[in-house]
Amino acid sequence: MTVSTRSPGQNSCKQTSGYLKSFFPFLITFFIMFLSWIVLSGKFEPLLLWLGGISSFFVSYYFYDLIFPDFKLKYFTVFFRFVRYIPWILFEILKANFHLLYIAFHPRLKEIIDPQIVIFKTNLKSDIAITTLANSITLTPGTITVSANSDGVFKVHALDRQTAEALPGVMLEKVAKIFGEKI
Amino acid sequence: MDIFVICLLTIGLFFFFGGAVGIIRMPGFYTRLHPAGILDTMGILVMVVALAIYNLHQLTFESVLLTIKILLIVFFVFLSSPTATHSIVDAGMRAGLRYWTKKKEKE
Repeated sequence: MTVSTRSPGQNSCKQTSGYLKSFFPFLITFFIMFLSWIVLSGKFEPLLLWLGGISSFFVSYYFYDLIFPDFKLKYFTVFFRFVRYIPWILFEILKANFHLLYIAFHPRLKEIIDPQIVIFKTNLKSDIAITTLANSITLTPGTITVSANSDGVFKVHALDRQTAEALPGVMLEKVAKIFGEKI
Repeated sequence: MDIFVICLLTIGLFFFFGGAVGIIRMPGFYTRLHPAGILDTMGILVMVVALAIYNLHQLTFESVLLTIKILLIVFFVFLSSPTATHSIVDAGMRAGLRYWTKKKEKE
């Protein structure tokens, strides 16, 4: 997202300053590339491993700042907090799915649903936090994000009153906590 | 083991069935997108996990790699399906399609 604003040639010729700015992102990008090479190829002949190593070296040498535009050590803790967020969001999705199944098989369907658009403002600043919250809301059945802008204003289409009332709620708190932002 | 896999596949099928029934029964355009969310979250998740477990029948290194590839499907679906749903809704809103409410039904 932040990547799209910069011109493509700018990355490789930028002056690098210090280990933290260039070496760590390079190393992480290299590991991600090489790991996906191994998983997707699944062969362990030395020639193929060398080819994979060389190509992932070149990719991560030229594009190390695509994944992490400005690298901070904070990203490690953000990553682990995000991993802890995944089981919670899966459980939320499960609960919402059963609620929606109940609605779908209900004989008087048109009486129990009450579609409405909820607009709420959050104080999330970074793009990645806003994207995470918007995608989490859409991933949970019963609520779809209509629009979310960089000011943190969300428009959400909710299926019935129960899902609409639960809206910003706990999910916003969790996402704000992951990315270290105030609610 | 087989029974467990069959149970998971049946649950996944049930989710898919519920989603399809929901799409048919819901009124209006935007409300139909909600049950479509069941299909590509819970249905995909349960069925693909069942396939991944079935694939681990004989525990070799290759089957583990294949299982990781299968689970990558879930990862990419979870990444792309909210974006796709959101863009459909956004396109509808930009085109000026009003959403279905109870009040309109009464008029």
